[in-house]
Amino acid sequence: MLLELSRISKSFGPVEVLSEVDLSIDAGEVCALVGDNGAGKSTLVKCIAGIHAIDSGTIAVEGDSHEIGSPRDAAALGIEVVYQDLALCDNLDVVENMFLGREKLRGVVLDDDAMEQLAAETLESLAVRTIRNLRQTVASLSGGQRQTVAIAKAVLWNSRLVILDEPTAALGVAQTRQVLELIRRLADQGLAVLYISHNLNDVFAVADRIAALYLGRMAAVLDAADTTQSQVVELITSGRSNGLGITDSNGVQP
Amino acid sequence: MSIDVKTRPGSGAERTGPARQVLDHARAYLSKVRSGEVGALPAVAGIIALCLFFGALDPVFLSVGNLANLFGQGAAVACIAMGLVFVLIIGEIDLSAGFTSGVCAAIMAVILTDLGLSWPVGIGAAVIAGTVIGLTLGALVVKLGIPSFVVTLAAFLAFQGLALIILKEGTNITIDNEFVKDIAGGNLSRSHGWLLLAVTVVVYAAVQLSRWRRRSGRGLVHDPLPVVITRIAALTGLLTATVFLLNLERSANPQLVSLTGVPIVVVLLGALFVVGSFVLHRTRFGRHLYAVGGNREAALRAGVAVDRVRISAFVICSGMAAVGGIVAASRAASVDPNTGGSNVLLLSVGAAVIGGASLFGGKGTVRAALLGGAVVAIINNGMGLMGLSAGVRFAVTGLVLLLAAGVDAMSRGQGRLFGRH
Repeated sequence: MLLELSRISKSFGPVEVLSEVDLSIDAGEVCALVGDNGAGKSTLVKCIAGIHAIDSGTIAVEGDSHEIGSPRDAAALGIEVVYQDLALCDNLDVVENMFLGREKLRGVVLDDDAMEQLAAETLESLAVRTIRNLRQTVASLSGGQRQTVAIAKAVLWNSRLVILDEPTAALGVAQTRQVLELIRRLADQGLAVLYISHNLNDVFAVADRIAALYLGRMAAVLDAADTTQSQVVELITSGRSNGLGITDSNGVQP
Repeated sequence: MSIDVKTRPGSGAERTGPARQVLDHARAYLSKVRSGEVGALPAVAGIIALCLFFGALDPVFLSVGNLANLFGQGAAVACIAMGLVFVLIIGEIDLSAGFTSGVCAAIMAVILTDLGLSWPVGIGAAVIAGTVIGLTLGALVVKLGIPSFVVTLAAFLAFQGLALIILKEGTNITIDNEFVKDIAGGNLSRSHGWLLLAVTVVVYAAVQLSRWRRRSGRGLVHDPLPVVITRIAALTGLLTATVFLLNLERSANPQLVSLTGVPIVVVLLGALFVVGSFVLHRTRFGRHLYAVGGNREAALRAGVAVDRVRISAFVICSGMAAVGGIVAASRAASVDPNTGGSNVLLLSVGAAVIGGASLFGGKGTVRAALLGGAVVAIINNGMGLMGLSAGVRFAVTGLVLLLAAGVDAMSRGQGRLFGRH
């Protein structure tokens, strides 16, 4: 397993947001993380990304347990997060955005050629055909293209796990499909993808496994192929569904 | 709406002829202009139109003497404007830049004339004073979070007083130092002018051609060779004409005193332009300046040292203002409490905006400041020749600034149709 979370708990003051959450993601698979608002999806992501420290539990990457204390630690482990609000600079072009903060230099001079070539290769490897001119400003791109740039930026750094926070929330139908195809390709290339979404159609279109959080607890982790949408809806809304889901200490569903 | 100017090995670039490439390049440029990235276009068009207009009204405007004069008149404002660009790019403003230049000039004047020390001490002290001022302003804005408008407005008032205090309630200090007077008043010898031209052109051509070879060799986006060569030829022609004209005798009475050669201040402006452009476009710091101006949050998340970048912008701005103050003092051969005062700041901001810097941040180049500075200088010079009153000059400069800001706002609006923000 590339990433193994075991018994992760996190409280903000008296409020327990995550309670003994287990989740493992393998390289080459898309794991969707679903759950209602307040179920703890964002908190879980921020714990993995090093923004929040966990109270208890372990995070293991390729079998070795790691402390992730900052986003830099996460990046060093190959974990990259694409946040909902993209975090691109409109006035910079595609290449400049992809390398922002990690520019390649030749002496003190920016090595724009090398960066452009690497950016082109990365987009090529992701089979991105929608962005033709790497030297256009991000401002002139559509929402789907911008999302593509944000994802490509995350992939550029030999990352092993890419976490996507609602990447299709603001996109139209065709653009959503493009981004979903891109997500699929990331997994096909051997990356692990944790994909957060509210849209179950999108989830079923792209995910190998579906992890449903319910009030800070992991209700179930299911193979997408053996699951129906209504089961997932039940898990999201009540935490259980036909013998699946959260049980009390006696093994009985509450 | 985007036109594919990307050529990759084997993608057909070899099969298309150079004429086709040039056409594609022109089309790509046109579409860029249409989508709102007008760049230096308005300023260049403005300079040409103004030259034709004033030249038609008064032939003296197009005389060689007046050409040399223009550089001297515009130099101080252009220096301050080049510095302001750095602050404008990060989306801040420095209203105190004018009086910063005044204070630094006053410090230099006191050191040179009252204390009788040598020019390296005077100029060094002025530039250090500018740097310290910039550091202070930047720290107040960045660390305390006071809006730059307020911090620099306060500094605007305070520095006006500081200049008065340094100059002992308003005396006028004459500058006798020949070196300092030569900065804005001296000229290169004819041969040095030609030598400088040759070096500039050779270096420019070498940089352009090597860049073209490198990029086309790697199969990256590159301008077609004919365009590159045209650009080199155009610069060569323009500079040659300028040096030729400036090397002509422009003294009214050549037997008495000969006045020829490229003004030294042109060399100074050229050097600041090259260094400034290099910093903005070829270094990591420059890239981060634009990033901070475009989306501070994104820059922060990408690991940019946002605070340090922002403070540095203020330091550069005030440092350049100090240089502008030295130039102004050199041109007047004296410093008084009004040096860097009255409309100097507004003309500088105007120059940067006319050239294409945006008050909304994220946009602007050193070249823009130079071109905008030229527009401002030409308007003042031309209308002065026409004998118009200072009142009319202010009013017209104001209108031109409004026009430039309008072009900026409109180009943003135009861009929005194409998905810009």
